[in-house]
Order: sequence, then C-alpha cells, then structure tokens
Amino acid sequence: MDWYLREVIILNNIGKSYVTGSQKLQVLKGLTCNIKEGEMVAIMGSSGSGKSTLLNILGLLDSFDSGEYILSGESMAGLNERAAAKFRSKLLGFVFQSFNLIGFKTALENVALPLYYQSIPRKKRNIIALDYLKKVGLEDWASHLPNQMSGGQKQRVAIARALVAKPKVILADEPTGALDSVTSSDVMKLLREINADGITMIIVTHEHDIAALCDRTIHLVDGLIDLS
Amino acid sequence: MKKGSKINLFDLDRVLEILQVFLTNPFRTFLSGLGVGWGLFMIVVTVGASNGLENGVASEMGGRVKNSMFLWSRMTSMPYKGFKRGRRFEFNNSDTEFLRENATSIKLVAPRNQLGGHRGSNNVTRGTKSGAFNVYGDVPGYIEIDPVKILSGRYLNQGDIDNERKIAVIGKRVLELLYDNDIEPIGSSIQIQGVIFSVVGVYSTYKTGEDAEEDNQSIFIPYTTFGKSFHTNNEVGWYSLLMDENVHADTSAAEVMSLLKQRKSVHPDDKRAMGSWSMASEFEEVESLFAAFRLISFIFGGLALLAGAIGIMNIMLITVRERTKELGIRRAMGATPLTVMRQIMSETIFLTTLSGLIGVSFGVASLEGVNHLLESMGGSGGSFQNPEISLYTVLIALGVMLVMGVIAGILPAVRAIAIRPVEAIRTE
Ligand SMILES: Nc1ncnc2c1ncn2[C@@H]1O[C@H](COP(=O)(O)OP(=O)(O)OP(=O)(O)O)[C@@H](O)[C@H]1O
Ligand SMILES: [Mg+2]
Repeated sequence: MDWYLREVIILNNIGKSYVTGSQKLQVLKGLTCNIKEGEMVAIMGSSGSGKSTLLNILGLLDSFDSGEYILSGESMAGLNERAAAKFRSKLLGFVFQSFNLIGFKTALENVALPLYYQSIPRKKRNIIALDYLKKVGLEDWASHLPNQMSGGQKQRVAIARALVAKPKVILADEPTGALDSVTSSDVMKLLREINADGITMIIVTHEHDIAALCDRTIHLVDGLIDLS
Repeated sequence: MKKGSKINLFDLDRVLEILQVFLTNPFRTFLSGLGVGWGLFMIVVTVGASNGLENGVASEMGGRVKNSMFLWSRMTSMPYKGFKRGRRFEFNNSDTEFLRENATSIKLVAPRNQLGGHRGSNNVTRGTKSGAFNVYGDVPGYIEIDPVKILSGRYLNQGDIDNERKIAVIGKRVLELLYDNDIEPIGSSIQIQGVIFSVVGVYSTYKTGEDAEEDNQSIFIPYTTFGKSFHTNNEVGWYSLLMDENVHADTSAAEVMSLLKQRKSVHPDDKRAMGSWSMASEFEEVESLFAAFRLISFIFGGLALLAGAIGIMNIMLITVRERTKELGIRRAMGATPLTVMRQIMSETIFLTTLSGLIGVSFGVASLEGVNHLLESMGGSGGSFQNPEISLYTVLIALGVMLVMGVIAGILPAVRAIAIRPVEAIRTE
C-alpha cells in the first residue's frame, strides 16, 4: 500500500491570512502535518492561535492562500464552492461548539439533512437518520426540536448528523466547549466509539483531559505546529 | 443522485422543505404574500367589472350586427349644378338598384319605410282591440342587419316582396296587446290603417332594456306591399346597409355617400345633405372606452403586483440575512451554491404563486358573488351584467406574476450564495 493512502490528510506548508481593512493578519504561517486514517487527533493552542481557522480549512469551509492540502488522495487547492460542497458531502462530518442545529427542524430532520443534499428520498433518509439517533441514544427524542433538548443531547444529535453520511473524517471544533464535565466525558466516549469504527477524528479543544483521550495532540503556536 | 431530481423544480420533498421554512414564521409569510395576492385580486376584480359593464352594454345593443349602417336624406346645405341650397330630395327604388350594383363595400341594401310609431295614434286594429305600433316596410334581408328571434311562423321572404303579399310579422308585445291568450295568431288578420294583413309570424327582440320594449311593439310587412298600401310608392324612407366587414366602416360610409351625392346632384362637400348612423363607429367608441378601462386595470393591477413582488423580494432579503447561519449549516452539510440558490428561488416563486393564486381565487369568488347577487335581483343588472374574467386573462396575469416571482427571487438568491460557509457558521 502506498504511503499516501494511509494518510487521509496531508498538509504541506499551508498559509492563511485575513485582511481586515488595511491590516493583514497572517494566521497560519506554513503549516505542515499529516493525519493517518483512523487516527483521533486533538488540536490545542491558545486563543487566537488559528485552531478554528485550520479546522475550517480542513473542512473546506474556508480557503487557504498557499501550500498543499491533500484529502483522501485528492488535492484541495483552488476548489470551487460546488466541488467543495461535494467533498464535504462525501468525506466530511462536522461537530461544532454551539451545535449548529437548525432550530425549526426536529432532531430527526436535522440528522437527515446531509442525506437530503445527497438526494436520498425522505423515507429512506428518515430510516437511516433514526438509526444514527439510536446510536447516540436519542431515538426517543427524534421528533423534538433542538430548544427542547439539553446541551449534551443537542451535541449528540449533531454527532449523529456528522455521522449519517458515513464520512471519512469528522471535524469537531470544541465539541465539549459548551458542556459540563460529566456531559463532556459522555460525548468524548461517544466520539471514541465512533473512532473505533475507523472514522478519523480531529478535535479542537482547550482542555488537556479531553486532549488526553485522543491518540495524539497537535499544538498550534503562532501559526505553526509546536513540535517541542 | 436521484434520477431527474434536477429537472423538476418542485418535487414533494422540496415543497415540504419550503413549507417548513414558511411555517416557521407564518405571520411574516402571510404579510409578504399579501401584496401579490392583493395585486392579482385587483386585476381580477377590475377586469371582471369592466367585462361586466361591457356585457351589459352589449346586451342592450342586443346582438345588433356591428357592420350595419343607417342612411337617410335631408336637405342640401350647398348649391350645386344649378340647384339652390335647401333642396329636399328623396331616395327611391332606382337608387336602391343603383346602390346594389355600384357600392362595392356594401353587402346588403335594405330600403325601409315606416308608419306610425311610438306614442302615435292607434293605427292597428284587430276586432275590438287596437294599438299604436311601428309598422315597417322591409325586405327579407333586414333580419340580417337587426336580428330578431322568430317565436312562431316565419319572417318575410322574397315571395312576399315579389307578389306584394299583404302579410305581417308582428312583435311579441303586439301579440299581447291585440290577442287574447288562447288565440293562435298565425293565419289571423289585423288591420293596419284599414288595410287587412294576414299574420305569418311572431318575433321577439334580442335586446334588453328600453330598446327591447319598443322593438317588440313593431310590425314588419313586405317593402313592396308597404309602398302600395300606404302610397309611398317608389320612395325609400331610409336605408339600412350591411357593410363588408373587411372594409372600415368610415370607408364604406364614404363610398356610399359619394355615390349617392353624385347621383342626386348634391355637392360632394355637402356634409348635411344626408344623415348616417353606423353601428361600427358606435361600437368602436364603446370598445375603445372599455379597452382603456382594461388597460387601466392592468396598469394598476400590474403596479400592485410589482409592489407585491418588491415586497416579497425585500422580505426574502431580510430572511436570507436572518438565515445566514442556517444557510451556512446547510452548506457545511453538503448543499451546493446551486442548491441554495434553487431553494431561495423556489421559496420566492412558491410564495408569489401561492399568494397570487389565493388572490385570483378571492377575485373570482367575488365576481361569482356579484353574479349571484345580480341574478337574485332579477337576472338583469341593466348596464352591468355577468362580470367575468377569461381563463386566458387569468393565465396571463399568473404568468406575469410568475416572472415577477423569478425576478424577485434573483437578488435574495444571489445574496444567499454569496454567504461563505465559514462566515455563516461564525455568525452568532
Ligand atoms: N474572518 C476573519 N477575519 C479576520 N480575522 C479573523 C477571521 N477569522 C479569524 N480571524 C483571526 O484569526 C485569528 C485566529 O482565529 P481562530 O478563530 O482560528 O482562533 P482559535 O485558535 O480558534 O481561537 P479560539 O480558541 O478563541 O477559538 C484570530 O486572531 C482571529 O481574530
Ligand atoms: Mg476557535
């Protein structure tokens, strides 16, 4: 097997800057790292060090200025929005700190949303979605709206949604950031289980005990990976 | 990808998706749809009302043939060819032949004479009953110019003319006034100024309103018989003409006038020597009035529609801004820009169409309501009858509205896809 097949993510010298008015802020300054298929990686760093920026680039939600990003063997440089959407739909799942569920949709409908964009018929996608709600222990909450659920429940719905389209990689930006410690460890347990099924997991976090639950930690310092 | 999912813009799944968005804020959805609904309601009601007026007027004219014209002689107002001004002249049967041979734009020449009339002394008797009626000497072709409905028996025919038969076709009202209920009029006799005529037919007019009464109190007898019996002999009272539909009424009128002026030695520029009245120019006037009516209702309705569409566009723009996060989430979940664009466009078009259809339904229902009201008031609303709107007009209005919906959707849709997924998700 070739080496790049096992590397689901290859980042080579990634540069990213934000321009606000006349000021230019270089957030990522030539970042290089590889992530292997099935790994569970934590990304840590001080506030403003560029963790979310990196995760958004990995998730094709944001573009990068320079360098090379190879996702599952394909270069992600200069993608248009349509192509990015297709890759997101096929390869990626997202979990956010603030859950980002759609408020007027039930838990089931939220979970089924990625399947809607794969044009899977309603009946079929509801069956699949319910299956994933079961996996996160929320089948009884299928018809509830997000505002009728606790933070931990919402995050589990979001995780089910990230899983439903069978992605290769799940990107989670501070998934436990809004949760208490007990709920946090529940969510981490769930993410670990998912990872055990072979899905690569990249988790941005502030908390060391969360990072400690991962295979390894990437430290971001000043737009670069701190190897020390 | 599901087969054909790109082609049908409104599959059930997408409709449900749209409905869910609308039901999230039903009051706002209602308000934004109100403008377009109102616009179409206005169009339907105003067009319907102007059609109602038109129907009313048309029914008062009673199916009188549009390309008809009446022509009579008066007094010359200019000296010509040795004649002084102020000369009276009459048309006669040889003028009729002359017109039939020479006037190319005239399809039918009907010379007419009249006896008695409205509020005149009683001129028709039958036994002990009598009445004052209009008695006309006519040719069979006259029924083509001013149609009547034969209730029993027959109308005048060529044999009546050729043989100068003493027969009469009487109006419904004449029958009512001269006959007892159970008496068969056909074959009976009446006396018109002492001359005995045999009744061969009874008719009623197609007109409604005041004209109808007058028309039903008339008696038609053969033109030739009239000349003999009432000593008009060779003279023509006036002409009723049926003109070629392909020639403009003014043109054929001018042709007839100039032919007759030449023949009767009337100065070509003498405008007062002959009188004429043309149904076509009357109709044209009325019709241009209605065209103006309809134009105005379309302009006002169109403006209301436009305002409605702009309203919808504004609401959609606000909605898109408010839904930045939602749209960002959808993008993260794999929605392409095209999908998002299609969603916003579909929402706009759906809202426009739905409110438009509701507006049309209310409009049509109102017209129906007025119709029922008119019918319950006795069937005839005078100059206002049967307000209606053609399916064709409704379809045009809906089409215009659909186009407006599309246009109204473009800007919000473009705004929606300009939102980048990161920005969207960052928004708190
Ligand atoms: N769209 C943007 N425009 C301008 N500057 C931005 C933008 N997004 C992020 N930044 C800046 O880039 C830097 C990195 O931001 P980022 O969100 O990646 O940090 P982070 O490591 O996730 O921080 P935190 O731990 O607080 O979430 C910050 O200084 C931030 O202000
Ligand atoms: Mg962050």
